[in-house]
Amino acid sequence: MWLYLAKRTGLAVAIVVVAVTLLFLMIQAVPGDPAAVLLGPRATPELKAQLHEQMGLDKPLPVQILSFFAGLLHGNLGTDVFTQRPVTAIVFEQLPYTIELILASIAWAVVVGVPLGCYSATRRNSLIDKAVGVFAVGTIAIPSFVMAIYALLIFSVGLRWLPAIGAGAGFRDGIVHLILPAFVVGIGWVGYISRIVRASMLELLSESHIRMARSFGLSQRRIVALYALPLAILPTVTIIGVGMAHLLSAAVFVEVVFARPGIGALIVKAVDSRNYPIVMGTVLVTTVLFVVSTTLADLVNAALDPRIRENL
Amino acid sequence: MADIQAISHREATRRDPGAVTMFLRQLLKTPLGVLGAVLVVLVAASAVFATWIAPYDAVKIMVGPRLAPPSLHYLLGTDQLGRDVFSRVIMGGRIALLVAFVSLGASLSVGLVLGLIAAFSPRWLDNLLLLVFDTIRSFPVIIFALAVVTLLGPSLASVIFVVAVTSVPIYARVVRTQAHALRESEFIIAERAMGAGFVRILAVHVLPNVIGPLLILVSMDVPLVITLEAGMSFLGMGVRPPTPDWGTILSDGYGYIHKTVWLVVAGGIPIVITTLGFTFLGEALRDIFDPRLRKDL
Repeated sequence: MWLYLAKRTGLAVAIVVVAVTLLFLMIQAVPGDPAAVLLGPRATPELKAQLHEQMGLDKPLPVQILSFFAGLLHGNLGTDVFTQRPVTAIVFEQLPYTIELILASIAWAVVVGVPLGCYSATRRNSLIDKAVGVFAVGTIAIPSFVMAIYALLIFSVGLRWLPAIGAGAGFRDGIVHLILPAFVVGIGWVGYISRIVRASMLELLSESHIRMARSFGLSQRRIVALYALPLAILPTVTIIGVGMAHLLSAAVFVEVVFARPGIGALIVKAVDSRNYPIVMGTVLVTTVLFVVSTTLADLVNAALDPRIRENL
Repeated sequence: MADIQAISHREATRRDPGAVTMFLRQLLKTPLGVLGAVLVVLVAASAVFATWIAPYDAVKIMVGPRLAPPSLHYLLGTDQLGRDVFSRVIMGGRIALLVAFVSLGASLSVGLVLGLIAAFSPRWLDNLLLLVFDTIRSFPVIIFALAVVTLLGPSLASVIFVVAVTSVPIYARVVRTQAHALRESEFIIAERAMGAGFVRILAVHVLPNVIGPLLILVSMDVPLVITLEAGMSFLGMGVRPPTPDWGTILSDGYGYIHKTVWLVVAGGIPIVITTLGFTFLGEALRDIFDPRLRKDL
């Protein structure tokens, strides 16, 4: 177990290191000078040189990369070009909003999707099962920004049930402002999770320990809920871990459409103003978030499934 | 001998209705697959014949009043600059399909080559490539795209570059796994024993076995690419105005959402139709050709 954990952490760290190096290589490979782009065409050479020094662009590439990692170890991602505030402070100010959105979306998707999947598996090929299947494929295919705009159009502009913009102030208001964004990010996952649960449930229901339970006279509901579900849920955990990248991507659009604060809104604004340190910071933080969530998903899987645990 | 050949020929013509007919017959059994195929053909045709279908010049301003609702003259109304939205939607389909084909074609070829290299190279290189693949896949696509736009500037080329780079690892991994399995298979060893060269083994024996599943994966990625392209354009970081694009129409509509619903409808529906069409068709193709690729069987 500990060896496995160490290996996974090692791989995660390696991925982050390679990611940062790739980003630096890309900045180098691109023609043109980031500082010049940022300052615009009318910048003086002195101003450019000053910004170069501030961003560390005057040093050779390996030094740049190393000093970035050295800073990273101290929790320092550089300073924002415009406000001169540390990037870490800015990113961690916005991060809770995005995490709140992602957790809320996944939570409602699991709460609806898992029972739906169980139901589909036990009533295989019924009308509801087929309808859920079509719904799943359909909602996964519809892009989150289209869904977001249509949800905004119907529930905020048309029906005026829910607020259109912002994250709200205070707990109650915050929840009200979270409903639509979380609905949009989660809806594709409801169908997806129900399909995954259905598939693993069908596989499990034909296994011998389930047949054993059935031969003891346990009811179907009891078997599904107590014996099959704990194992059937495993692929879902993996999917959510890997799906972190999708969730973050969806969050970017949803934050822009609903004018919510968050990592996505932050990076879009930073890209618009060519604010390199912020862009680098957000890319790094989201990559770490993704790597951590996939690793966590693997560990949860190992904790839940004795068959995986044995092999560690 | 001639008789046997004649008989076997006759047998063959009687029994085997041809791969295309077989395929169509199987496709017709899946209603969603048929729906997908119809939608895809519709979208593709409208993109190909766009210049004939579009009634007005898609970039010309003030061909009608501003923000007019749909009418017989302007089938989907007009936008905030008085441009005909229907013409813009039709022309916008070209951008979406162009990006999909160029970027997926590029990543397909690069992924194929890198996957084969990984499969047939020494262990250290294989591991290094895998690490790079995993790294690229661990950037959330949109965030990676935004980072690239900061560097390259907003343009269609940036979007194509992002799609190509982010899909290479997936294809390369599939190719690598398949080629790995093939490398040790008996018919390859037999070929090698007969003195076939490395290039011949790759091109004649490994490639045809790898390309099938790969093409299905690619067809299922088309919706993702169209989503990404429209999404980047929606954020103002894809195609430059005044080029018509579904994402920019949607973005215009978002700006005027309190005044008219038609722009949002006109920008969003084509995206939904196209992504749904390719998804349904891709699922049907996968089920017919390679059920092993199913994740939710």
